Amino acid sequence: MIEAVHIFKSFNGNDVLKDVSIQFKQGKTNLIIGQSGSGKTVLMKCIVGLFEVDKGKIFFNERNFSEMNFEQRKDIRQEMGMLFQGGALFDSMNVIENVMFPLSMFTNQTKDEIRERAQFCLKRVNLENTDQLFPSELSGGMKKRVAIARAISVNPRYLFCDEPNSGLDPITSNVIDNLIREITQEYSITTVINTHDMNSVMEIGDNIAFINKGELWWEGNKDNILNSDNTELNKFVYATELTRALKKTR
Amino acid sequence: MLGITFFDQFGEYIMLLRKVFTKPQKRKVFFVNLIQEIDKIGISSLWIVAFISVFIGAVATIQTAFNIDSPLMPTWSIGFTVRQSMILEFCPTIISLILAGKVGSSIASELGSMRITEQIDALEIMGINSANFLILPKIVASVIINPFLITMSMFLSILGGWLAGVLTGFVTTPNYIDGLQIDFHPYDVFYSLIKTIFFAFLISSISSYKGYHISGGALEVGKASTKAVVTSSIFIILFNLILTQLLLS
Repeated sequence: MIEAVHIFKSFNGNDVLKDVSIQFKQGKTNLIIGQSGSGKTVLMKCIVGLFEVDKGKIFFNERNFSEMNFEQRKDIRQEMGMLFQGGALFDSMNVIENVMFPLSMFTNQTKDEIRERAQFCLKRVNLENTDQLFPSELSGGMKKRVAIARAISVNPRYLFCDEPNSGLDPITSNVIDNLIREITQEYSITTVINTHDMNSVMEIGDNIAFINKGELWWEGNKDNILNSDNTELNKFVYATELTRALKKTR
Repeated sequence: MLGITFFDQFGEYIMLLRKVFTKPQKRKVFFVNLIQEIDKIGISSLWIVAFISVFIGAVATIQTAFNIDSPLMPTWSIGFTVRQSMILEFCPTIISLILAGKVGSSIASELGSMRITEQIDALEIMGINSANFLILPKIVASVIINPFLITMSMFLSILGGWLAGVLTGFVTTPNYIDGLQIDFHPYDVFYSLIKTIFFAFLISSISSYKGYHISGGALEVGKASTKAVVTSSIFIILFNLILTQLLLS
């Protein structure tokens, strides 16, 4: 479980996160939703330690991450996998080298064992015969799948996904969403996903947190999000003609 | 305001160097990266350094010959002048300025692109000291390979001078060689190589700093690349003066 307690973060005097407290459960897909600029990416970057919080604490299974230095954080970081918006694959490496990279840095396995594990992970995300391709030769969906394979290669306990569906068509988005959910359940990972895609919310939203103007406005799941009486959440959920039309038919 | 910005950046640069000069996560991976950087920084610069050195040596010979008006001035002074100007100043300083343009912009744009595409963040998330992993091999590679490039440049520029002198008939081979040997101090080569090591460190570390610390988009990568070249060049000129005073006085 990951727990963020009373998190505050500001940039140049501009408060981006204001007293956010939230829990992310193990074996569940925990979604952070909100408009662009609401603070959800900053919250995720604070949790993984890419930004330091101004105030507040972050616990990874009761280990106080926010009070650790870079060296002390290494152990927890090696339990993390992260899927970035653009994939963040290393341009100079091909697909198999990208997936092998964290293994070669953190394990003492032989090269053959590392390659075997990397190939297993690529197979798990339905990517085969792409080993020798470079990131520039991959489609958006393939990049995300390679990034997922790289993230799960070290058997992470925590998986973070920053807008995994951005730039993808609805069908590929669905494939990625289902893949993330399957991996979360299969390996009992604590998965945190930043998204503003309502399809993802309805597909994999085990736990949902709605962030608005840097504050936590609502918590729930995919079963009760459509019936909430929270005005700001409803504005977000029913922002499009399509969702408004669907609401009328309910 | 300008002063505050300078000190801010200088502080950031020192903090970055503190992160860079730590023990590599895995020695084997570091050596693989080091060999790749030596290839990227040094081997790929061989042709441009060789080309420029030969031609500048040739030009130095011709210009010296044209400027010798007095018949009392011996022709061996052509070889002497070419040797002194190439070893003391042209090879370490001008070639380093050229490398600041070629290597500096390449380092800044590589790291800048990695920053904006979140590849550096990906390394940090994995628990890797990204500054150490990415920048240390570049600095070490530059410090190792640049003295070799400069030594090669010294040899080729003197060779270029000899070719131009002999082909144009300004100087004979024995006279040119006499000029090269007269009043030669091996310390001059040492001084030149010490300067080169300092310049190599400045080029790689300043360019890395400029690329590593960008924020924004593709436009910023271009700007960082330009700033890397300009700042490295300024510091090369500045340190040239300081080191010359320290080593030759």
